[in-house]
Amino acid sequence: MSPKTLYDKIWDAHVAHEADDGTCLLYIDRHLVHEVTSPQAFEGLRMAGRPVRAPEKTIAVPDHNVPTTADRVNGIENPESRIQVEALDKNAKDFGIHYYPVHDVRQGIVHIVGPEQGWTLPGMTVVCGDSHTATHGAFGALAHGIGTSEVEHVLATQTLIQKKSKNMKVEITGKLQPGVTAKDITLAVIGETGTAGGTGYVIEYCGEAIRDLSMEGRMTVCNMAIEGGARAGLIAPDETTYGYVKGRPHAPKGAQWEAALNWWKTLYTDDDAHFDKVITLRGEDIAPVVTWGTSPEDVLPITATVPHPEDFEGGKVDAARRSIEYMGLEAGQKLSDVEVDTVFIGSCTNGRIEDLRAAAEILKGKKVKDGMRAMVVPGSGLVRAQAEEEGLAEIFKEAGFEWRLAGCSMCLAMNPDQLQPGERCAATSNRNFEGRQGRGGRTHLLSPAMAAAAAITGRLTDVRELM
Amino acid sequence: MEKFEKVHGVAAPMPLINIDTDMIIPKVHLKTIKRSGLGVVLFDEMRYHDHGGENEEFVLNKPAYRATEILVAGDNFGCGSSREHAPWAIKDFGIKVVISTSFADIFFNNCFKNGILPIVVEEEHHAVLMEDAHKGENARMTVHLEDQQITTSDGVVIAFEVDPHRKHCLLNGLDDIGLTMEKDHHIDKFEDHASQARPWV
Repeated sequence: MSPKTLYDKIWDAHVAHEADDGTCLLYIDRHLVHEVTSPQAFEGLRMAGRPVRAPEKTIAVPDHNVPTTADRVNGIENPESRIQVEALDKNAKDFGIHYYPVHDVRQGIVHIVGPEQGWTLPGMTVVCGDSHTATHGAFGALAHGIGTSEVEHVLATQTLIQKKSKNMKVEITGKLQPGVTAKDITLAVIGETGTAGGTGYVIEYCGEAIRDLSMEGRMTVCNMAIEGGARAGLIAPDETTYGYVKGRPHAPKGAQWEAALNWWKTLYTDDDAHFDKVITLRGEDIAPVVTWGTSPEDVLPITATVPHPEDFEGGKVDAARRSIEYMGLEAGQKLSDVEVDTVFIGSCTNGRIEDLRAAAEILKGKKVKDGMRAMVVPGSGLVRAQAEEEGLAEIFKEAGFEWRLAGCSMCLAMNPDQLQPGERCAATSNRNFEGRQGRGGRTHLLSPAMAAAAAITGRLTDVRELM
Repeated sequence: MEKFEKVHGVAAPMPLINIDTDMIIPKVHLKTIKRSGLGVVLFDEMRYHDHGGENEEFVLNKPAYRATEILVAGDNFGCGSSREHAPWAIKDFGIKVVISTSFADIFFNNCFKNGILPIVVEEEHHAVLMEDAHKGENARMTVHLEDQQITTSDGVVIAFEVDPHRKHCLLNGLDDIGLTMEKDHHIDKFEDHASQARPWV
């Protein structure tokens, strides 16, 4: 048998039908659903009189629209947001799917809730009407975002019409330097490949620096595979993975656990398996990074300066000029001189317990700079509860951070958490697009530790100076 | 779904690279529970001023391009969020074809589900088409799906590739779910097998 990649193995285990031209029906093991990309899909089912084929494999949670302030117990003020969340309440009930409503302590960002509850397991296929579904690849699951028509297709048939992507390997060798995190790895990779560099590929991340990451860190890395254009990111499961999964509410138990473990241990890339593209970075070479522009590929070490548009080639020259103007920066300016108004810690990229620990470690005994707005939005109610138990919430509050309830919040600013035009934010989220965090808002992406450092100094800051 | 055969219409140039789905339709317009009526907010933040009112500089606001049916866009069009509101807004505006040197994966898939044809062309052909699109409303481009050809207003013919299954669905206006349900027995068989092989799933 010819050697296979991890992606090949998961793919082969899920093909329900293959047509002569290679178009496959790929069976979906877990379908995650949120309120923004699903109402039209459920409406489609109703109009056609179709049921959900596998409600037991379908899990829904509202996250994008929900307010994160304590007064949300009184309901959602924005009528459109309220209608969307109410539609999900109703659809979950009518179609009999698993549901974590707003007031459930387990509610949170769909990509944090899935792994936390043990829905996401190695070797699965996982989809969601959300591009950051790539997150679940951290478990060695083939996970990717889909549009609303495909949400309806999966609800109705539990399959997707797919053609196989190419294989790409991203290897991070060696050890990371102090102050360098999973977020810096994933941003550095996008800086290297560009936002279209992964288009047409599924990425497998490997190498010592990846192996050394916790599950939280691995989720951060895979989460942003989509920002590099890849369909999905994957990391082969190992003891770290099994340790995280074991005992979670929906993880297999007893004899089933043993059977699952036996299969999971076959999920690795065979020696000599073929990759169509290979990228290698040395862990030692990765610095704490920030983005300067309006594309996640606009990445530089915090010690660098804002580039000159002329440094680029082709269409990137105009794009860089537009970015620098939008961001209110000047070419040649030191990134560490850029002052920020707002700090946002949260999102499916960096809203897990380890992220809050990393930020709290820097903030301990320090204060947010006067006049700044700083907020922490835990990724789920359970992350929030754990952070309170560990005393992290107290550190954030004493430093001057707002301590919010779980949701997507200012990552995409669909709820009331938004930037004003011209406001500048150091954000642990995943997109720095124009207007992403509010019309006219300016976003610099960075790690939780770097975000904490920026909150203390009021400017983009090399976290290593505060360690 | 409506059948897609041929488009003969105005092509608009948008040379900017990495046009993301937040630019195509900002999140404030994702709160709808319907698919229709989003054309008016297509490219919202570029198309309208902060205080309201049209930005006359924006290509689709120029008289020559108000009836655009073909968009010639910069590389990596549609990157970012999976929101299908992006192709819904494009379709509702009246655009039926988007041409670029590359598209983001999810956006590319979403187009076909909504009767929009995304076409990937080589850089040299892209330059020819971009130049043609700059000519305005009197220079109409033709996109012929059956023949897989784009014809510029000057009669230059450029061939393009399209996945045969997707071409078939577009030409015949076929609905994916209906097609897949015809293969129901394969899905049943797979589920029987998988429940033995991986009972924990």
